Amino acid sequence: MKPLISIIARDLRLAVRQGGATLLALVFFVLTVTLFPLGVGPEPAILARIAPGVLWVAALLAAMLSLDRLFQSDFEDGSLEQLVLSGLPVGGVVLAKIIAHWMTTGFPLLLAAPFLAVLLNMNGEGFTALMLTMLIGTPALSLIGAIGAALTLTVRRGGFLLSLLVLPLYIPVLIFGVSAIDAAVHGLNAKPHLLLLAALTVACLPLCPWAAAAAVKLSLD
Amino acid sequence: MHYFANPTHFTRLAGRIQQWAGGLAAGLLIAGLYLALVVAPADYQQGETVRIMFVHVPSAWMALFCYSFLAVASAVALIWKHPLADMAAKASAPIGAGFTFLALVTGSLWGKPMWGTWWVWDARLTSVLILLFLYLGYMALWQAIEDGQKAAKAAAVLALVGAVNVPIIKFSVDWWNTLHQPASVLRMDGPAIHPSMLWPLLVMALAFKAYFVTLLLARMRMELNLRRIRALRLADRTS
Repeated sequence: MKPLISIIARDLRLAVRQGGATLLALVFFVLTVTLFPLGVGPEPAILARIAPGVLWVAALLAAMLSLDRLFQSDFEDGSLEQLVLSGLPVGGVVLAKIIAHWMTTGFPLLLAAPFLAVLLNMNGEGFTALMLTMLIGTPALSLIGAIGAALTLTVRRGGFLLSLLVLPLYIPVLIFGVSAIDAAVHGLNAKPHLLLLAALTVACLPLCPWAAAAAVKLSLD
Repeated sequence: MHYFANPTHFTRLAGRIQQWAGGLAAGLLIAGLYLALVVAPADYQQGETVRIMFVHVPSAWMALFCYSFLAVASAVALIWKHPLADMAAKASAPIGAGFTFLALVTGSLWGKPMWGTWWVWDARLTSVLILLFLYLGYMALWQAIEDGQKAAKAAAVLALVGAVNVPIIKFSVDWWNTLHQPASVLRMDGPAIHPSMLWPLLVMALAFKAYFVTLLLARMRMELNLRRIRALRLADRTS
């Protein structure tokens, strides 16, 4: 447990010192959401209709773009190799890095989401569902994204390949997240959708670090 | 099993099976098309357009089968490290992607007269579209990583991660309220389709299966030859 915490602390410290990761993800999120009213037109009814989807798609893209921060810099300076060689369970190391990644890039999206929902004129009843789906769903984004990030470590210009690999796997999270908010907005019970989303995240919790650890190990040798 | 890990042994066996499978595929396809286009009755509701089913359903079955084959081969490659396993997986991916694309297109062509729309975002169609993206991602990953061994392992991991989509596609028509019709052939209660339509369907499915085997073996032999060429080039360059 202690090594896990120290890895999380290390990654958080690095993120704060390197700066930019959190802010970049946030600014990208805000910018992408802003593009939609400009493209679709400012009619409030239409914006309210598409708000859950737009927020979630933008969160998805922001999460995906922040993924190369997960392993790349550690891979490049050799510290990832040291972590793997250290004898710690690689799955645990990966999970610790994912937790730190979520705290720096996923969680801030959660905080910005309600303000952007106001910009998109989202119906008031959807706000609780929005916060809950983001809280439950963004960890899944970091978890699933870690597999893609680990697989594309050795690929030059792996950004596009990463999106091709990761976005199809993100689609279930997107579908359940948006359907929960839509249900709440229409006055229906959002709980089934939220439970399914939670099931997804909980299933990813042991499986994704395992797969990502396998991918990290084969990227290293 | 490891007898066939030897490329020469494999190539010889594959060549023989391939000819046989190719002939079988051609024969079954001719028989199947005759049964599907001439013998099978027109549907009382859909008329003649139901005949698209005899191409659409076998393609969809093959799309799922190819991905399952790919996932199993990847698991064999990762666990038992059989040398031909990852090559089999790599070879089957474009075939599976082709079948998936064919299923989507024929489904779309059938959907326009049947449902009045080229496309609908229901569970079955969406999950098959995701399957197509998974195939494309798998093929892209093989291309992107230069080291063959690393690419094989990475692709195997990816294939297994995406394998979770296969049961979702199969059961999507049961779990969700979908426009796509529910299972009519592979159900617990037995086929719900009349034998006069079931038999042409099964013959076409077998034809597609034989075609898959033919293509797979051809691609595997091609892949072996490509590796030989690469090895020869390397030896030539370093000598």
